[in-house]
Amino acid sequence: MEFSLWYLGLAAAFGLFMAWGIGANDVANAMATSVGSKALTIKQAILVAAVFEFAGAFLAGGQVTATIRNGIIDASSVESNPELLIFGMLAALLAAAVWLLIASRKGWPVSTTHSIVGAIVGFAVVGIGVEAVYWSKVVTIAASWVISPMLSGLLAFFIFMSVQKFILGTKDPLKNARKYVPFYIFAVGFILALVTMLKGLKHVGLDLSYFQSLIVAIVSGLITMSIGTFAISRIKIDPSQDASFRFTNVEKIFGILMVFTACGMAFAHGSNDVANAVGPVAAIVSIVKTGVVVQKSPLSTWILLLGAVGIVLGLATYGWRVIRTVGKNITELTPSRGFAAELAAASTVVIASGTGLPISTTHTLVGAVLGVGIARGIGALNLRVIRNIMLSWIVTLPAGGLLAILFFFLLKSIFYNGPII
Amino acid sequence: MSGSYFSAIFGKSPVRPLQEHMEKILACVCELIPFTEATLARDMEAMLVHHRNIITMENEADALKKELRMRLPSTLFMPIDRRDVLEVLTMQDMVAGSARDVAGLIVGREMQIPEPMAKTYKKLIKRSVDACQQAFDAINELDELIETGFGKVERKLVGRLLMKLDIIEQDTDAIQVKLRNELFKLEDELHPVNVMFLYKVIENTGTIGDRAQRVGSRLQLMLAR
Repeated sequence: MEFSLWYLGLAAAFGLFMAWGIGANDVANAMATSVGSKALTIKQAILVAAVFEFAGAFLAGGQVTATIRNGIIDASSVESNPELLIFGMLAALLAAAVWLLIASRKGWPVSTTHSIVGAIVGFAVVGIGVEAVYWSKVVTIAASWVISPMLSGLLAFFIFMSVQKFILGTKDPLKNARKYVPFYIFAVGFILALVTMLKGLKHVGLDLSYFQSLIVAIVSGLITMSIGTFAISRIKIDPSQDASFRFTNVEKIFGILMVFTACGMAFAHGSNDVANAVGPVAAIVSIVKTGVVVQKSPLSTWILLLGAVGIVLGLATYGWRVIRTVGKNITELTPSRGFAAELAAASTVVIASGTGLPISTTHTLVGAVLGVGIARGIGALNLRVIRNIMLSWIVTLPAGGLLAILFFFLLKSIFYNGPII
Repeated sequence: MSGSYFSAIFGKSPVRPLQEHMEKILACVCELIPFTEATLARDMEAMLVHHRNIITMENEADALKKELRMRLPSTLFMPIDRRDVLEVLTMQDMVAGSARDVAGLIVGREMQIPEPMAKTYKKLIKRSVDACQQAFDAINELDELIETGFGKVERKLVGRLLMKLDIIEQDTDAIQVKLRNELFKLEDELHPVNVMFLYKVIENTGTIGDRAQRVGSRLQLMLAR
């Protein structure tokens, strides 16, 4: 291919830029609840985000990457002109990144996932043809955007109800918090490990059976649980702090739990959102390498690494400021609520990551927060803002699509000299 | 700032402002104790000082009330009914109104409480302040109620507080009856117009307890939903 190096260079650059954007803007929503409820300081949040975003992206980002890479477009439709797919994927990356940049400047609630999916579908329909899109897959993805916030909301509702029943609503909440919080911590370690083991680790040379995965997940749950129990035992209970608000000390215990759910949230976010940046890169790389459109070729490890590094770079250069701002504005959320929302959202996102469904982490988290609210757990929620966030994809999809079409024809006019289809 | 839309999903809870409002109301009503001391000591200067304090605090409470009302758009999703919040707020507001009426009437007419009634009148004021304190304690449980998601244990605790509020209010009623009786016996010795207004003072003082109790009843309704 004539411009192979160009394509690879552009793909890596755009992918890195997109990953940077995710780290700079998106991570904040995942981390801000922990900072806002003061379970983590801003420094701790950045550390947690860096480590677990990286781990999530690198270890569990493969499935969704595969979907973005070749699950949306039927590559056989461009078999004679593989370059079209390269232009399209480059255009989609650029479109999503630019759209996100505009939207975050303006403070619009925009999801990376919606942008990239809209962009890919957009260029495919106009640049290749309506039949090039796996519409059934697109419908599945769109359905998952509706279902994921509802599922995480439902989960959050029941998690928070269980917290009320077993801890907060009892006669001795402090004692029961010590007793039951470790089980929630177990759940965090267990779910994350299980989904990761079941779906993602072949590319790092670990291929476990279902049963082995289950064992590993239980062990990892137990390990997290014992770390948590140790941390809880070190909490200083100061009854004088309960004078004005009787649950101050109980909330401290939930604060420990929330450190774990924050890790889970960062992991989940990394595992799902890295694909938005590196999915198109992976598609381009495989075409450039083989010269043809191959549907099934293994995902190069360096591509996930590129995305993981990009996210951490975004976090380090810009994202930490956004986390601080967003966290500072969340003042009404205590750890007992924040953890329920995060555990529900992280579980939902990780399951979606394992299934290869690109969903919006922010929407999932908003759904979870609403679930806690419906369980009468949160002082006040702005329904109008929630509605606007939930409906944002109606604008984001066509915006991403139109921009992608624009960039597609631009790139085509620069590089393309093959037959016109 | 980018990303800030996410934090906007969290509204400002009305609970803390509602409690601060009640705290102000309580402080306002408490001022009736030194005011009454001054009245009984016939120290007009001190009376005026405390009367002014009552008016200042009532105005401050009024400002808090308006601020909270403005901050409660109907699109806010809360664990407590918006209408209940507004009604509790109105009830709280009315308590301060009664305190102001009592002090205003006494200062305005330069009234004196007859010596034989002094002890019982002080008791009535004290008990009325108790009622407000009790209502404040109950309102103060609202954040704990929300923390526990209106858990049974917490609801029972508030129920007990409100029961005690009812008992205090009944006390104030009983003291009022006694006070009227004492006044009735003194009627012949006093100027008829003064007698008329003394009855009015007793009545106004009594409404403090009534209204404090109504704050409690509204809270109870809030819990029942």
